[in-house]
Amino acid sequence: MINLLVNGRKIAVDVEPEMPLLWALRDELGMVGTKFGCGAGLCGACTVIIDGEATRSCITPVSAAAEKRILTIEGLGEKELHAVQKAWIEADAPQCGYCQSGQIMAAVALLSHNPRPSDADIDAEMSNICRCGTYPRMRAAVHRATELAKI
Amino acid sequence: MTIALSRRAFIQASLSAAGGLAIAAFAPEFVGATTIAGGPWSPESGKGPNEVNAFIVIDPDNSIILRVAKSDMGQGVLTSMAMILAEELECNFAKVKVEYASANRNLTDNNVYQSMGTGGSRSVRTSRVFLQQAGASARARLIAAAAAKWNVEPAACVASDSLVRHTASGRSFTFGELAADAAKVALAAEPAIKTPDEFKLIGQGLKRIDTPLKVTGSARFGIDTRLPGMAYAAVANCPVFGGKLKSYDFSAISGRRGIITAMPVTNGVAVVADNFWRAKEALNAMPVEWDFGPAGSTDSAQFAAEYRAALDGPLADGGGHGDIDAAFAQPAKVVEALYEVPYLAHAPMEPLNATAHWREDRIDVWMGTQAPESALAFAAKAGGVDPKAVFVHNCFLGGGFGRRAVNDELTQAVEVSRALKRPIKVVWTREEDIRSDRYRPQAALRMRAALRDDGPPAGLNFITAVGSISRSLGWEGVKNGIERQAIEGLSNCPYRSDALKVGVNLKNTHVPVMFWRSVGSSQNAFAVESFIDECAHAAKRDPVEYRRALLEGKPDFLAVLDRLAEKGDWGKPLPKGVGRGVAIHEAFGTIVGEIAEVAVSKSGEVKVQRVVACVDCGHLVNPLTAAMQIESAVMYGLTAALFGEITIKQGRVEQGNFDAYPIARMADAPVIETYFVLSGGDKWGGLGEPGTPPIAPAIANAVFAVTGKRIRSLPLRNASLGV
Repeated sequence: MINLLVNGRKIAVDVEPEMPLLWALRDELGMVGTKFGCGAGLCGACTVIIDGEATRSCITPVSAAAEKRILTIEGLGEKELHAVQKAWIEADAPQCGYCQSGQIMAAVALLSHNPRPSDADIDAEMSNICRCGTYPRMRAAVHRATELAKI
Repeated sequence: MTIALSRRAFIQASLSAAGGLAIAAFAPEFVGATTIAGGPWSPESGKGPNEVNAFIVIDPDNSIILRVAKSDMGQGVLTSMAMILAEELECNFAKVKVEYASANRNLTDNNVYQSMGTGGSRSVRTSRVFLQQAGASARARLIAAAAAKWNVEPAACVASDSLVRHTASGRSFTFGELAADAAKVALAAEPAIKTPDEFKLIGQGLKRIDTPLKVTGSARFGIDTRLPGMAYAAVANCPVFGGKLKSYDFSAISGRRGIITAMPVTNGVAVVADNFWRAKEALNAMPVEWDFGPAGSTDSAQFAAEYRAALDGPLADGGGHGDIDAAFAQPAKVVEALYEVPYLAHAPMEPLNATAHWREDRIDVWMGTQAPESALAFAAKAGGVDPKAVFVHNCFLGGGFGRRAVNDELTQAVEVSRALKRPIKVVWTREEDIRSDRYRPQAALRMRAALRDDGPPAGLNFITAVGSISRSLGWEGVKNGIERQAIEGLSNCPYRSDALKVGVNLKNTHVPVMFWRSVGSSQNAFAVESFIDECAHAAKRDPVEYRRALLEGKPDFLAVLDRLAEKGDWGKPLPKGVGRGVAIHEAFGTIVGEIAEVAVSKSGEVKVQRVVACVDCGHLVNPLTAAMQIESAVMYGLTAALFGEITIKQGRVEQGNFDAYPIARMADAPVIETYFVLSGGDKWGGLGEPGTPPIAPAIANAVFAVTGKRIRSLPLRNASLGV
């Protein structure tokens, strides 16, 4: 058994240690808000936050996440929407929406390290793929989130 | 702020792996807003007593359910279709719930939803009138039901805000109190629908109703389906299209944890397990042998040579006007160029997947499909079940772009579910998704112009050699050697000339081809709009001025072009190393002009900094989602223009994931500005695709403006632009 701490809850999963965290979350725990996009750490659809760091869960063995604090989209804004989620709504960022869980987690991690990112910072740190091309609205939403976070 | 209990409840349900439940997740911010459930499919029970018509259900508590018979792959139809219904119904749109219409209902109930396929930028164009009619009809029957209760004339009553009021007495009923009676009303005549000047809701930039679900991870995509007893299947499709499975050795993986079985499926072999990762890892480890067939020795260089050779004919007549030979008899100047484009994969963010639950007498399917009716037929055929006993529960689509119009993955899911007699979720890995796509066709185009002394063309001669989508799909559609997709954007070239002649050589390889966002216009606009730039250069004219002269007498084009030149700062100075390119194209009933500002570094790196788009789609249902579609279409075309290329070696696709098939990311995204220049009238143009065709030529023309190098082959990353 591997002990996980997901969104503040202790959960034990009986899986191979090398199983990527993504599949433990999705297929074992039924937490399907975190998405499968490429399986190779290339697109970021599977991004979760582990001990404060944006992490691509499709290439992270579940054993490497044991006993660490894992935050998924299901746990973000559980009581009140996070500033990033509010900003995403204001900016009308999502289209198909499939990559958006990962994008939002990447933005939350970015703002936790860098509360006032420049466009260049956003370009450098937000490298997740969106096939609908919502980048301009997401960029605007990150800036808006910095304002909402101050309120 | 209080804790959102419903959202917590959702998470609990999710953790308990209940799956397949239509549970909405709404934080307090969304209470009172138009809503949709995470699993948006309609109940299969069909007509209830409160169904005023097939699109509109009003419960006694006055909650209103509007059904949408188109698939939402990001383009916002769940919002726009509902707005059209609500415009006529006169309901409180903020209290509306939206769900997908049932393809089974459409099949078994006299085609009440008409065509449910989503593509060709046609949802609004082909649904608006009958959706307005459905809303107006429901409103008239609600009014008739109220008038009967009060024993007054219907004309003495008005509907608004989900109420019917008797004007003289001030009495009112809620729609919910009237729905059951209204459902039984037979109108003597259907009411007239509103004209655009009467619209109140249509034309407002309302927020999308699915956004709250999509920022909380609650929107249910097909791949998120979980059912009791469900197993997961990973699939290897034959790497060479048209090849066959020869053998596989299940014994090599049978002892692995969680592995259930392996079995042949259409186009390949599946490994089934209790977890998708276990299935795909075992599949990778299982020895599989294929019979690749004769296509196993082909490659892209060979195809490129064949497409070029095909330009010499035999050619079918793709349309035109005037006497092309006379136009080319004594030209002042002839401009001629060869344009080439590669195969392109769709690569939606959600890899293809389907969940099927086969039983002797019924099949249930959960997936995101652009074609629920076709999916229903696929499942019925693969499962040997009466189509009337097949239920397709359409989900949110994690991108479509044309790929989800034909559901190869569903056939495999039904085959495995039938064999194992349990629910099966088939998921294609990204590699399977890219290597087993149905691609935008490879093409070669030879463009010739005979220019007059003063510059404009006397004759335009366009020849295309391109794969036929109809033939690839086994559909009818080719007549006299022509299919519409091959010539769209060529035969309707808007530029004035004495003669236009389009020649076509439809030529398929073993690589399957299909609809890719904007279809034939994706390559034809690149060729035409780049070539017109070449003609302008040859005539020593400004590219906008040259186009304007050739568009004389076409006020809709001119209005877009003039606004574009103004908003896009055409002619204004730019720093060294930055240039502007322009392109304008009509597709799916909509004219889009784009100006791209592009920087080219000394080492040849291309960065698109700004894109200005001007759009004439006649009218808008929702300006917000319309602008989002233009932005999306620009980015989709930008990715293809800069990076997109599927190549073939030994008969198989070389690219497999986003390392070899790169997609534009945040750092590649320009500022995008969209302006609507609406001509109104009878024009209702599409919006999902028309923003894509102009971006590749606008970028390529901007690169020419900076470097003097003409881009005649895509993607741009293959071009050597350094100095």
